[in-house]
Amino acid sequence: MNVPWAAGQVPRTQGIAQNDDVVRARQQVRGHAQQCKLSLVDQTKFITAASELARNTLVYGGGGEMRSGLVERDGRRGVAAVFEDSGPGIPDIELALTDGWTSGGGLGLGLSGARRLVDEFFLDTEAGRGTTVSIVKWSR
Amino acid sequence: MTERVPVLRIGDVLLVSIQVDLEDQTVLNLQEDLAEQIVSRAARGVVIDITAVEIVDSFVGRMLATIASISRLLDAETVVVGMRPAVAITLVELGLSLGGVRTALDLEKGLALLRRAAADTDRR
Ligand SMILES: Nc1ncnc2c1ncn2[C@@H]1O[C@H](COP(=O)(O)OP(=O)(O)OP(=O)(O)O)[C@@H](O)[C@H]1O
Ligand SMILES: [Mg+2]
Repeated sequence: MNVPWAAGQVPRTQGIAQNDDVVRARQQVRGHAQQCKLSLVDQTKFITAASELARNTLVYGGGGEMRSGLVERDGRRGVAAVFEDSGPGIPDIELALTDGWTSGGGLGLGLSGARRLVDEFFLDTEAGRGTTVSIVKWSR
Repeated sequence: MTERVPVLRIGDVLLVSIQVDLEDQTVLNLQEDLAEQIVSRAARGVVIDITAVEIVDSFVGRMLATIASISRLLDAETVVVGMRPAVAITLVELGLSLGGVRTALDLEKGLALLRRAAADTDRR
């Protein structure tokens, strides 16, 4: 999907190559969520979803980057984050989005849970090419 | 180089207060430190204070559940205290209900819960 970045705003990029980059990604997203005045619960949901996706980018994607910033559509404001890697991709999307399914030692809740925590969720992946996950939460 | 979360001792209870946004390796270190110290310091209870924690994702959630299970095997009870309402709402929606983890609203209630649990076992 084309993320509707707000006019005049350049999304910020955070590389995700090591453990503490996941912390930095959470902090960057927290800043944007506060900036667009999400409620406390919505901020918490959005940051938690971002944390799951950043860790997947690192662990399964072999690293990549996150872009995040404010978005705008039809007069509504929100916050978005895009996680991109050029790792192995996800061969079976349905399966990967199933609660409890993991190819590693996780709980298999990251992708499916993140999808529930946000308003919009796009997963673009292809085996051998990589994975891009985009999430949006609108302010109410 | 990862930092370690300090583990304090009050009587036979270990107290951990999480103050900063932890990276995954620090979370794993904490899990090991607690398991070791439950035994070396003969602790009967563990209190994990997450009052300052703004988000609990599946990694930290799993750590809380794992510490609860490990401590049970080592004859100690774990109580997680101070969870923020927004964190509770998010955890449930994420799909992590932390069924096996005891919780209390604050430190005082958590310590009281551990005292009651200890009294119950002593009676048996
Ligand atoms: N960026 C990615 N690249 C390749 N595969 C991925 C990526 N993200 C997720 N996956 C695959 O999808 C599966 C499900 O991901 P999900 O985040 O739901 O669970 P998990 O990471 O295994 O466990 P949890 O996040 O609950 O600790 C992963 O086990 C992995 O196989
Ligand atoms: Mg995951």
